[in-house]
Amino acid sequence: MPPMTARSLSALRRARVIERSNRVRLLALIAVLAGVAVISALSVAIGTREVGLSDILAAFAGRIENTDQAAVAARLPRTVLGLLAGAALGLAGAVMQGVTRNPLADPGILGVNMGASLAVVIGVAWFGIATAQAYIWTAILGAGVAAVFVYAIGSMGRGGATPLKLALAGAASSVAFAALVIAIVLPRNDIAGGIRLWQIGGIGGATFARTVEVVPVLIAGFVLCLLSARRLNALALGDDLAAGLGESVAFARAFAALGAVLLCGATTAICGPIGFLGLVVPHLCRLLVGVDHRWLLPFSALTGAGLLLGADVIGRIIARPAELDVGIVTAFVGAPFFIWVLRHQRVREL
Amino acid sequence: MTRHILNASRISAGYGDTVILDGLDLDLLPGRITVIVGANACGKSTLLRVMSRLLKPRAGQVLLDGTSIHRIPSRRLAQVLGLLPQSPIAPEGITVADLVSRGRYPHQGLLSRWSARDDEAVAAALEVTHTFDLADRPVDELSGGQRQRVWIAMALAQETGLLLLDEPTTFLDINHQIEVLDLLTDLNRTRGTTIMMVLHDLNLAARYADHLVAMAGGRIHAAGPPEAILTEANIRAVFGLESRVITDPTSGRPIMLPIGRHRMI
Repeated sequence: MPPMTARSLSALRRARVIERSNRVRLLALIAVLAGVAVISALSVAIGTREVGLSDILAAFAGRIENTDQAAVAARLPRTVLGLLAGAALGLAGAVMQGVTRNPLADPGILGVNMGASLAVVIGVAWFGIATAQAYIWTAILGAGVAAVFVYAIGSMGRGGATPLKLALAGAASSVAFAALVIAIVLPRNDIAGGIRLWQIGGIGGATFARTVEVVPVLIAGFVLCLLSARRLNALALGDDLAAGLGESVAFARAFAALGAVLLCGATTAICGPIGFLGLVVPHLCRLLVGVDHRWLLPFSALTGAGLLLGADVIGRIIARPAELDVGIVTAFVGAPFFIWVLRHQRVREL
Repeated sequence: MTRHILNASRISAGYGDTVILDGLDLDLLPGRITVIVGANACGKSTLLRVMSRLLKPRAGQVLLDGTSIHRIPSRRLAQVLGLLPQSPIAPEGITVADLVSRGRYPHQGLLSRWSARDDEAVAAALEVTHTFDLADRPVDELSGGQRQRVWIAMALAQETGLLLLDEPTTFLDINHQIEVLDLLTDLNRTRGTTIMMVLHDLNLAARYADHLVAMAGGRIHAAGPPEAILTEANIRAVFGLESRVITDPTSGRPIMLPIGRHRMI
């Protein structure tokens, strides 16, 4: 055993290393919070219709006396839903990347969102579901089945669930699910219009009444995911080492994945499938705060909230006087990013 | 550190339909270094996986201080038995300090905070492995030898009385192999850690083992002090290889020289 002086010296050094990185993380936290606040303000202020500050303040105070104030009042629930959905998708993406140790994991790429969509479409077309609660639970069921299905296919054969095989299994399943959605919807004029709108993925029609319905599920998903942070840190070292450190690998995976599935299902039920956010956000956050999931997960939620809302605001501006749904904007930004990840990151197990 | 006793009795294990271990017994000598050697696919790594609870045996049991390891809660077991698998994964961009700190995992609960005790364990692990100058470097940027020292530091931070390692010297240059094995010997001498490891190199195995175990066909062919185990007859039986065994003038341990079909005087 080395002498005590040297040991305390070393402990001090270590403490300093940790403290320094924590200071960086705190600064990043403040920056991200500020960013989210600014984007939220923009989301209330900016729309296809230009509204003066006095009308914005009036709408905040609950007075709706003219069209401008009504437009702002409609932007409030939209902003809240955007923040919630963005946080859910960002967090779900980070958790999925952790669970699969796969830098390409994303609720869209792994087919989870499309699985949720398919379930909802089946529910609407054949079982006549109509309530928000029915949408939510159908979507969660679809997301869960899709996640298990894709993981099972991706794990077949030699070498288990490698990043590439999982991404391929997810992409192929996603296409298949999408084709099924079209096959089901095409002959059904009665539901085609509504489904098509929902299928693009957007937060335009948000109301507080509908958003509230999804909040309990989202809270459950957030709690499960955030409680998994420590376990994901262990999983990141490989299954053998995680087990050697006293983690039950299968339980940890299932626990975290359940959280992610709840988040994806609930979000898809309300907003339709919004892609690429879950892929982009964790990569950005890893650059900011490193690989410790206890920081990465909350950051992914915050950054996701900011990015989704930001994309929505952009969608309202670039297509004036109409607007572009957020799912289209995230796809435009996310697809090149996906290619960048493929080309510049070593695609290996995280 | 309390000495723990780990032993396997009547172990049978395998994957799918293949039987790899067939009714095997092994007692680790407390406070000593046990090295497992044998040809490829003789079941060395499988034995290590069974002893560290990564693989459940089909028959027989592994006992830690007399209790089956499958009856011990995972976290409790991880406080006593440490494991360094063959290819652990370092998350991209993780720093040495962060990685070594993860060795404290079994000592922390969901609610317990990082303590001075944890700091001390990590600091000591960095110090013993001569890695504390690397503490704020990303693990990706280190050389193979440095990286292996960092992994061992992580295992040390776990502060277990038993340490199981699967080929800790693979892919290392000879100087780094010696460095790692010297480090493990230091650890064994100063902390009294009971070590079990799988090694490929017979001469290094004979040099660093207190107890050498030669495996063949899922069974233990011979076990004992290296002088008694590394013999020409055993090497022929286990590896099907002709060899000469002489005494290393430096360590006094046996070393083997393989005899091939060419280059003879």
